[in-house]
Amino acid sequence: MKKFLIPLAIFLVLVGFLAVGLGLNPREVPSPLINKPAPAFSLPLLDAPEQKLSAQDLRGQVWILNVWASWCVACRIEHPLLVEFSKMGMVPMYGLNYKDKPEDATQWLKKFGDPYTRSLSDREGLVGIDFGVYGVPETFVIDKQGVIRFKQIGPVTPEVLRDEIIPLVRKLGA
Amino acid sequence: MLEPGRIFWRRWVPAALALLLLALTLAAYGKEALPASDNPELDARVLVIAEELRCLVCQNETIAASHADLAVDLRKQIRIKLQQGQSQQQILDFMVERYGDFVLYRPPFNARTLLLWLGPFLLLVIAAGVMAVNVRSRRRAAMAQEWSEAQARRARELLGEAPSQS
Repeated sequence: MKKFLIPLAIFLVLVGFLAVGLGLNPREVPSPLINKPAPAFSLPLLDAPEQKLSAQDLRGQVWILNVWASWCVACRIEHPLLVEFSKMGMVPMYGLNYKDKPEDATQWLKKFGDPYTRSLSDREGLVGIDFGVYGVPETFVIDKQGVIRFKQIGPVTPEVLRDEIIPLVRKLGA
Repeated sequence: MLEPGRIFWRRWVPAALALLLLALTLAAYGKEALPASDNPELDARVLVIAEELRCLVCQNETIAASHADLAVDLRKQIRIKLQQGQSQQQILDFMVERYGDFVLYRPPFNARTLLLWLGPFLLLVIAAGVMAVNVRSRRRAAMAQEWSEAQARRARELLGEAPSQS
C-alpha cells in the first residue's frame, strides 16, 4: 500500500506544479516600476510637434498612459474599449505613440477614434524603454503623486477595465 | 576479436555520429553579427553586455542574438551609454530598473531566486537520503534471510559442488 502511495504523492505534487505553471503567462513579466515614480519625460505632442508635454505637467491628477502604435495589431483590439472608456470622462488618458510615424498615427486615430486627452510622440522609443515597455499595447495608471500604481501588458480587456482599472482610479480619487 | 565489418559499425559509425552532433552544437553557438561600425572595440563591449541581457520579446534569446525591434533599440542604448562612459554594471542596473531581474540572462542570487539556485542541490540531497535508506533496508532484509534446506541444496548444485551428506 505504501509503495503505491509514494509515487502517487510525487505525481500529484508534479501535477500541482504543472497546473500552476501552465496557468501562468510567461509573457507577463512583473514590472519593477509598480509603486515607483513614473520616469520623467518630455515629449512633443502628436498633433502639435512644436509643443512639449512633460511628466511634471501631469502631476496632481490621476492619469492613464496608454502605449500604442499604428503598426500594433493588438492595439486595435483594445481600441474600441478605450474609446468607450474615454467617453465616461472619468480620468484623463494620454497616449504614448510608440515608434510610429506621426502621419500614420494621426491617420489611425482618425479611422478608429481618438480616446486620448493628448497623444505624445515617442518616435525613438526611448521613453518606452524608460517605462519598461516591451509589448505594445501597455497601459499604466499613475496617481496624483506621479507614482505608477498599475500596469497592463497587452490589450486592456473589459474585465481588466471593470475589475482593476476603474476601481483603482476611483480609489485614487480621480 | 571482432570482424572488420562489425568494427566499422560498432566503432566508426558512432564516432562519426558523435562528431556530427558536436559540430551541430558548435554551430548553435555561432553569433549573429551586429551591423558593422567603425569602432570594433566598442562593438565588442556592446556585445559583451548584450549577451548578459534577455530579450523580453523573444524570451529565450539574448539581446545580442535577437532581431526583435526592442533588442535592436536596447543594443543602441547600450552603445550610447558606453560612449557616455558608463560602466557595464551601471548599464545592467539601468535595465534591471526598467525590466526587473528577469532581464538578466543569468539570474542573480537573492532571496527570491534562492530556490532556483539551490533547488537542484536540495533535490540531490533528498534523493541521496532516499537511496541510503533504501540500500540499508535491503541489506538488512538480505542478511535476515534464512535458507531452507532445499534452497541450500539447490545452491550447491548450481555451484557444481557435490551435495553434502548432512
